[in-house]
Amino acid sequence: MERGNRSAALAIALALCVLAALPFAAAALGNPAMTTLATRILIYAIAAASLNLVLGYGGLVSFGHAAFFGIGGYTVGILFHHQRFNETLFGLMLGTDQFLITLPAAILVSGLFAAVIGALALRTAGVQFIMITLAFAQMLFFLFVALKRYGGDDGLIIRRRNSLLDFNMRDDTTFYFVTLVFVVLFFALIWRIVNSRFGLVLGGIRQSERRMAAIGISTYRYKLAAFIISGMGAGLAGALWANYARFVSPDMMHWTKSGELMVMVILGGAGTLLGPLFGSAALILLETVLAAYTERWQVFLGPILIVIILFFRGGLAGLVDLVRKRP
Amino acid sequence: MTLVLEQLLNGLQLGVMLFLLAAGLTLIFGIMGIINLAHGALYMVGAYAGALTAKATGSFLLAVPAGLAAAGLTGIIIEYIVIRRLYDRDHLDQVLATYGLILFLNELVTILFGRQPLFVGVPPALSGAVEIIPGVPYSVYRLTIIAVGLMLALGLFLLITRTRLGMLIRAGATHREMVRALGVDIRLLYTLVFGLGALLAGFAGVMAGPLLSVQVGMGEQILIMTFVVVVVGGVGSIKGAFFGALIVGIVDTLLRAFMPVLMRGLVTNTSEADALSAGLSSMGVYVLMALVLLVRPQGLFAARG
Repeated sequence: MERGNRSAALAIALALCVLAALPFAAAALGNPAMTTLATRILIYAIAAASLNLVLGYGGLVSFGHAAFFGIGGYTVGILFHHQRFNETLFGLMLGTDQFLITLPAAILVSGLFAAVIGALALRTAGVQFIMITLAFAQMLFFLFVALKRYGGDDGLIIRRRNSLLDFNMRDDTTFYFVTLVFVVLFFALIWRIVNSRFGLVLGGIRQSERRMAAIGISTYRYKLAAFIISGMGAGLAGALWANYARFVSPDMMHWTKSGELMVMVILGGAGTLLGPLFGSAALILLETVLAAYTERWQVFLGPILIVIILFFRGGLAGLVDLVRKRP
Repeated sequence: MTLVLEQLLNGLQLGVMLFLLAAGLTLIFGIMGIINLAHGALYMVGAYAGALTAKATGSFLLAVPAGLAAAGLTGIIIEYIVIRRLYDRDHLDQVLATYGLILFLNELVTILFGRQPLFVGVPPALSGAVEIIPGVPYSVYRLTIIAVGLMLALGLFLLITRTRLGMLIRAGATHREMVRALGVDIRLLYTLVFGLGALLAGFAGVMAGPLLSVQVGMGEQILIMTFVVVVVGGVGSIKGAFFGALIVGIVDTLLRAFMPVLMRGLVTNTSEADALSAGLSSMGVYVLMALVLLVRPQGLFAARG
């Protein structure tokens, strides 16, 4: 137990060092694209980690998490749009491009959506839960396709990244570090949550909801709280993505995006702390590598995915454990 | 009034197509416990095989068996290689593995036949329109789909309620363990059910050819609608799939037809009204599904209790 903790801490410290050194290594190698690639991985790691909270720890298979990713992104996009054209939002307030306002706003709005969707969806379970979360995501997807005012199908271009204090956010390296800070904070939060009493109850619900109910726990509230936190995390990732890509579109909420997030969680190892980070890195690197060889990379990705699910249960994190536990 | 009738028939036709897919999906889920996201891919395979055959031979009559054979064959291969290993897994693994199958099949079809959509003409014998009631002409081809679909639904109903195989299917949907314990070759039953689902999906694909453009991605478009049908009707229930499909088909079609009229009354800017109504009518069936799940989480015609 003690040794396990120590080696886990070591792994995290090592990962942090690598991540902190990465932009400098990229510059030294004359390959700045590495930094933006890493930024992408980190942002998706946040989204996957929030899905992992409900899916991996709580056992709730949400097939609509891209909706919250998109809501977070659109919050940033819409606030910027209103600031740029000096229009008021709902006749109440002007838009803004201040990172310290847009980011909490994105988290809050996606949390609100998660509260409403979760409150309704969690009345069901099993396949019905998978399908109802998918249904809500589809509704939001089509809603944003219909909103011509905010670009509709074509999406919304964000001309400049949000400003944060005196940082030069246009610089990709600076933005990478900003993202990294949020990744560290978010993973620390997840770590705190899963090791708290709340996290234990959540794990208990995954194993047997009936038993948790029998010992007098109102499971619905716990599931809903987890779902809201998870939605907020995905919203945070979406807000970062909107700044990274300087573009939001309904594609952010497409059901294939929800699928991708699930793939990341499973690829990395559901219900493990760093699994989503591994999963995000694995999927995005795999995409990048395969796409360099062939435009039709999905023809390889599909079978790779199937093989992993059929034969490597526990994902990459499970693989690490497997290697470590061997005498 | 004639417009309403026409749109109702269009809705019925969409409903019948949805039923062909939903029947397979709901049986596969109800009996085998498998969420098969790749069901839409079988529909696409059927449509491609049908379209290519019709193009090569000029005969739609040959396209039907070709589509059925291609979808059936693909179904058997998929069942043998992937699905068989998923029986004991949880829903999550099934969703992801079949998601992988979609990625693979879609790209494979793109590599083989390109991104250009294929167009299939309506077979000459079924082209044109007839007056269903005086003064209201309606496409013969669509009427044929409705008739054939309803016949297949009846056939399926008889198969399930009147034959020994149907008895096993019903038993398998409600008491899977018991059927196995009684010594029924459950593996064979599974393969048969999956094959039947694949054939129905392939048939729907062939029939859809002349109505839609045959292209990659057509499978997922209809797949998600089909899931709505299955969930609305009640997972594992053929009756649910039938009524669910008709409800979803008609609701979707009517919303698409009449939402623009409504929206133009409310929003003055025409192009904005059109975009809004397109989006809102696409949302319609999902709202319907959410409502049904909230009132009756097990669906309208749930197979068990």
